Amino acid sequence: MASLTVTDEQVGATKAKVIQPAWVRIMHWVNALAMILMILSGWQIYNASPLFGFTFPREYTLGGWLGGGLLWHFAAMWLLMINGLAYLVTGFATGRFRKKLFPITPSGVLHDVRAALTFKLGHDDLTVYNYVQRLLYAGIIVVGVLIVLTGLGMWKPVQLYYLVALFGDYPTARYIHFFCMAAICAFLVIHVLLALLVPKSLRAMIIGR
Amino acid sequence: MAKRSFLIPGVDKRLLIKDSIKTMPDVTRRRFIAGGASLGALTLLTGCDVIDSSSAEEMLKQVSKFNDAVQAFIFNPDALAPTFPESAITKPFPFNAYYDLDDAPDVDGKDWKLEVGGLVDNKKSWTLDELYKLPQVTQITRHICVEGWSAIGSWTGTPLRDFLKLIGADTRAKYVWFQCADKDGYNSPLDMRSALHPQTQMTFKYAGEILPRAYGFPMKIRVPTKLGFKNPKYVVSMEVTNDYKGGYWEDQGYNSFSGS
Ligand code: HEM
Repeated sequence: MASLTVTDEQVGATKAKVIQPAWVRIMHWVNALAMILMILSGWQIYNASPLFGFTFPREYTLGGWLGGGLLWHFAAMWLLMINGLAYLVTGFATGRFRKKLFPITPSGVLHDVRAALTFKLGHDDLTVYNYVQRLLYAGIIVVGVLIVLTGLGMWKPVQLYYLVALFGDYPTARYIHFFCMAAICAFLVIHVLLALLVPKSLRAMIIGR
Repeated sequence: MAKRSFLIPGVDKRLLIKDSIKTMPDVTRRRFIAGGASLGALTLLTGCDVIDSSSAEEMLKQVSKFNDAVQAFIFNPDALAPTFPESAITKPFPFNAYYDLDDAPDVDGKDWKLEVGGLVDNKKSWTLDELYKLPQVTQITRHICVEGWSAIGSWTGTPLRDFLKLIGADTRAKYVWFQCADKDGYNSPLDMRSALHPQTQMTFKYAGEILPRAYGFPMKIRVPTKLGFKNPKYVVSMEVTNDYKGGYWEDQGYNSFSGS
């Protein structure tokens, strides 16, 4: 879609290549907003009855109190789910997942991890994801699906009892939901750091090229 | 019927309180949705100030109403909450309220009467002895709190739908509205379809014993298809009505349907 806006001149001169199509960019930033809302409201909910011996600082929670946190959580979940579903459908339908995320081979991952640790991992062609990226992106999509399924199961443990049964029982679903949040937060830190280290990748996610 | 002054038989009260205190909402924190600090964090993160508190509150209220409709739509009146063996019961079953255990209503079973009102044929009040004579059933189900914790308990009592039939309630009405003896006057509306659910129960016993004070003596409404706050304790009256009369927590922002 974005390529439609490229002028002839540009095409002729630099053969500017669209790295991230418009649908990916839009859904990426909608997801980023939805995730932040879900994390901050989720921390508020967690604080009402902590699973572990710590609570999240109040400044990093959304909603003011449990009731407000729940309202945010169950409002932003629609944004997250609709956007996420659209992303999965488009990703499969356009072949983007097949082309960009697969294959993921153990030897490829090992090779790229070693290259990354010795600062030899190149980012010359941003249209091709290296194996570390592929693994992280595919992994976080799975985590995203898991957190939505455990969340829906906890939201409707009777109507959607099969979702809860899939994960064992209600308390187990709650722990899995929490660990998925932790995984998403860890991903977020690494993801943002790496994007800042390779600014042109960030530019590509904003303006497309 | 003797007055019950015990809290939970066989349970060290101090232990129980210690357990429940961490799950108790902090009253001073019960500010609505848009706490300044938290929105500040969001503004910082998004770099814009579109989410000013009053329009955010309005939006969240609308979405919550939408969520009520979604939940009513997917509610299956025949879907049963999972039941458990006796060995799965959580011990001690936690006491939880917006006040301390010592402030729990101390109802005198001899004087207590269940008042019945609204769209019903027979508005007679019921004594505890009369209610105890109704057929009772037992369920072992999971109680899920809005705070996220859950516990499995055993409740015995009369299915609410049998009682509603007995008093000639208009079951086409929208709600059964319960009022309770808790301090500050607890109340909560229950939508009719949930009220008629086979597992919704007027509970008189916990774990085979007369309902202890901590769990809502003399009568609790057990609704395993709803979050805990929609399971009122210390019930004093029920009214069958088409009006949405609000509720203690519902009015403060908990989602009104809060179904499971
Ligand atoms: C469709 C998506 C989701 C749904 C339906 C959902 C639903 C829920 C529910 C029902 C609870 C328990 C609420 C309660 O205790 O009353 C919860 C808690 C929580 N959620 Fe979500 N959630 C979703 C996505 C997310 C995402 C994406 C995150 C973060 C990345 C997240 C983070 C949390 C956290 C941290 C908690 C508190 C954990 C606890 O103490 O139980 N959720 N969520």
